[in-house]
Amino acid sequence: MAKVAMTVNGKAVSGEVEGRTLLVQFLREGLGLTGTHVGCDTSQCGACVVHIDGAAVKACAVFALDAEGASVRTIEGMANADGSLSAIQQAFQDHHALQCGFCTPGMVMSAAALLAENPKPTEREVREYLEGNLCRCTGYHNIVKAIMAASGQEVAIAAE
Amino acid sequence: MPKDSGIGASIKRREDVRFLTGRGRYTDDINLRGQAHVAFLRSNVAHGRLRGVDTAAAAAMPGVVRIFTGEDFAAVGGLPCGWQVTGRDGQVMKEPKHPVLAHGKVRHVGDPIAAVVAETYEQARDAAEAIAVDIESLPAVVDMAAALAPGSALVHDDLGTNLCYDWGFIEDSKAAVAAAIAAAHHVTTLDLVNNRLIPNAMEPRVAVGDYNSASGESTLYTTSQNPHVIRLLMGAFVLGIPEHKLRVVAPDVGGGFGSKIFHYAEEALCTFAARALNRPVKWTAQRSESFVTDAHGRDHVTRIELALDRDGHFLAIRTSTLANMGAYLSTFAPSVPTYLHGTLMAGNYKTPHIYVNVKAVFTNTVPVDAYRGAGRPEATFQLERVIDKAAREMGIDPVEIRRRNFVDAFPYQTPVAVAYDTGNYHATMDKLVTIADLAGFEKRRAASAAKGLLRGLGLNCYIEACGIAPSHLVGQLGARAGLYESATVRVNATGGIVVMTGSHSHGQGHETTFAQVIADMIGIPEAQVEIVHGDTANAPMGMGTYGSRSLAVGGSAMVRAANKIISKARKIAAHLMEAAEGDIELKDGKFRVAGTDKSVDWGAVCLAAYVPHNYPLAELEPGLEETAFYDPANFTFPAGAYACEVEVDPETGRVTIDRFAAADDFGNIVNPMVVDGQVHGGIGQGIGQALLERAVYDANGQLLSGTYMDYAMPRADDLPSYVVDHSCATPCTHNPLGVKGCGEAGAIGSPPAVVNAVIDALHRGGHAHVTHIDMPLSPARVWAAMQG
Ligand code: FES
Ligand code: FES
Repeated sequence: MAKVAMTVNGKAVSGEVEGRTLLVQFLREGLGLTGTHVGCDTSQCGACVVHIDGAAVKACAVFALDAEGASVRTIEGMANADGSLSAIQQAFQDHHALQCGFCTPGMVMSAAALLAENPKPTEREVREYLEGNLCRCTGYHNIVKAIMAASGQEVAIAAE
Repeated sequence: MPKDSGIGASIKRREDVRFLTGRGRYTDDINLRGQAHVAFLRSNVAHGRLRGVDTAAAAAMPGVVRIFTGEDFAAVGGLPCGWQVTGRDGQVMKEPKHPVLAHGKVRHVGDPIAAVVAETYEQARDAAEAIAVDIESLPAVVDMAAALAPGSALVHDDLGTNLCYDWGFIEDSKAAVAAAIAAAHHVTTLDLVNNRLIPNAMEPRVAVGDYNSASGESTLYTTSQNPHVIRLLMGAFVLGIPEHKLRVVAPDVGGGFGSKIFHYAEEALCTFAARALNRPVKWTAQRSESFVTDAHGRDHVTRIELALDRDGHFLAIRTSTLANMGAYLSTFAPSVPTYLHGTLMAGNYKTPHIYVNVKAVFTNTVPVDAYRGAGRPEATFQLERVIDKAAREMGIDPVEIRRRNFVDAFPYQTPVAVAYDTGNYHATMDKLVTIADLAGFEKRRAASAAKGLLRGLGLNCYIEACGIAPSHLVGQLGARAGLYESATVRVNATGGIVVMTGSHSHGQGHETTFAQVIADMIGIPEAQVEIVHGDTANAPMGMGTYGSRSLAVGGSAMVRAANKIISKARKIAAHLMEAAEGDIELKDGKFRVAGTDKSVDWGAVCLAAYVPHNYPLAELEPGLEETAFYDPANFTFPAGAYACEVEVDPETGRVTIDRFAAADDFGNIVNPMVVDGQVHGGIGQGIGQALLERAVYDANGQLLSGTYMDYAMPRADDLPSYVVDHSCATPCTHNPLGVKGCGEAGAIGSPPAVVNAVIDALHRGGHAHVTHIDMPLSPARVWAAMQG
């Protein structure tokens, strides 16, 4: 066991972990932040995406010890300071971009990273950026729509 | 004007807020004090005799609490099958025992051999790897036709055959069908495979067993679509725990699509171990375990023949299918290729003679059971593919040939037992022609051609039997369960309402939509209504969510309970206003005496029920809580028409979906936004089946597509945006809301549209020899087909 310390959602945290403990395990089991999900064991599904020092990262592909000293943001840290939904979260609700909610934390974290990098993406760019995030419920239509809306663009794909 | 509240309003989902902020409570988020962890040792061979399981070294490893093997479960029941099919010869299906942990033999890769309980998951897993297993490898039974050939190895030695059943539907129609085919002007025959799929709900399965030694009560937290069904199956048939000592909780569940209907070994193991060890026991599937333990879907090999007259009218259909059951019978497996498939073979058409034969086969593969659509996608795919092929052979336009054969008078008795109550197939086809802009196809085709791409258009119709199901009918067909649904409506003293439903939401949005219905019926704000589901300790016995049944059956039970509430509340209101009960009207949350300005609020009536100072106690009990059960009179029959446009790259065979449109008739709609989402998701899965997904076993029974690197899940950039419409509504005639169900439509209606489109593109591109390509239509398969 080794000691690890980092900042999660703005708070300093620390804990004892094994060398093999993944960041996602440390978040879920060590810190009780169960909003970050585990959907696979091959780093393919994106349910575990968090931000490490601002970049979207799959938390199942990082050892907890490797996040020593880092600033980590999870879905629990995404709402506005007053607890209301952030623009991206609100767009997800407004456009019914989630059903079972299991992929949702990872989707929101990826979407936030995308819009930070590319504030006005095209529909194609959104779809390509989400390559690493699987959703089995929505067929992606409304997720893409929500992200376009959160970017402040006309929702060109609103077909209904 | 779109409504902003009540039935018909696209109200935003209340459950979203917790999911969007990381506050959902899924089973894996549950950790109980003192909990131990389970790791399974699973067979890595498909078929073998288990000669010995030596756990001694593993048991001595750090943290190990107990190791269970098949011996520990020899005395308890096997995992039960909920449906018994009777074959053509009048014999009931072969029903082998499905042990909780393998005993005697292992029968598929992933079959659990031992379960290690340890203080941590890592310790359990390390110890599981240290168990020494002696397996004598046997030849694997993988291919269904080979499984039925004489001399094949047997999955279950004691059965003497790999044939589970040989089912004919309807056996008495067989001769008439043969005669109609023999005499027909034209017969189109098609051989096809409905590819095996892996459901892949994004949340892997989890089970947490708990035991209270003081009360003798066991609790199971599990990723289930139907906690009461699990309680009944596991309690009564496997572990022998009476239902009043067993609680099953399915909290937030991350998608199901059928795969979380069934009772799985891990649920029984965790419940059993928690009691044996007197501490909580938790198992969370690794995704690689999900691939080899969650029931798979589809896997049919079919020949279909369609007989037509000179004008393209359908005269007869005959089908012959091999359906894979896998190594054991999963909970509802036998019903899928039979009563959920054969009964749908009429589709949207008037075909006087139909005969369906299905042989169900055991193989050394993961059990196969219901997956979104369950039997209905298989029926729709073969029918809509053979119609397309026939239209091409006879030179009739694909829309026209369908219109010529549409059922256009209702009710309609099909030759395959079911009777459609209502529908309007011309209307959905008309709608499709518009929303898919079929008129613009030629222009788009020319534009594609200018880019060197082959554009094709594929259409199809579908019908499904939803709102599963009338108990008396399914009982006659072999179901060992009733398929009613239940609800308790509890009104509190201050007027707030809690509805406890036997339906379960794992993405469908019941917490929002069910509340809309109740709020609308009474005329109060949705915020005053709370929906509780997923816990056998609260909700009355219910059958859960699958088969697009929640609103049609569960919603009906809820409406029935709410009507009892309203009728009692009306009596109370009459008493309070000293008026005749018959004069009382309920509107906008107020009871009024008709024709007067006298009224009393909903809240005042509720308060009177619980503070009965001025109350007709002689005639009426205090309190305002009612339970209702609803058993549907018939299936519901959602139907629609779908269109897909693809571009095929002739150089590579790569298929890109450019446009997809769906015109559905779901009857009445409670929340259009949620319905759109259900259709989108179904289409996404259907396109996945058509273009990407396939569970592949090698000849030794090894699953080659066992991770997300090998099993091609549809990703955002594989799929198009969809145009969906459900304005052509013919309300269901036999349930109180007039609703039909929408959860499976997209997955049923989309695969044939995609394949028809690709075949059309190839024909337009000069590859007229290509009449069919089996799914998934990978670039390699499409390219090979083009080469002839
Ligand atoms: S859990 Fe699937 S990518 Fe991390
Ligand atoms: S909402 Fe269920 S997996 Fe995306």
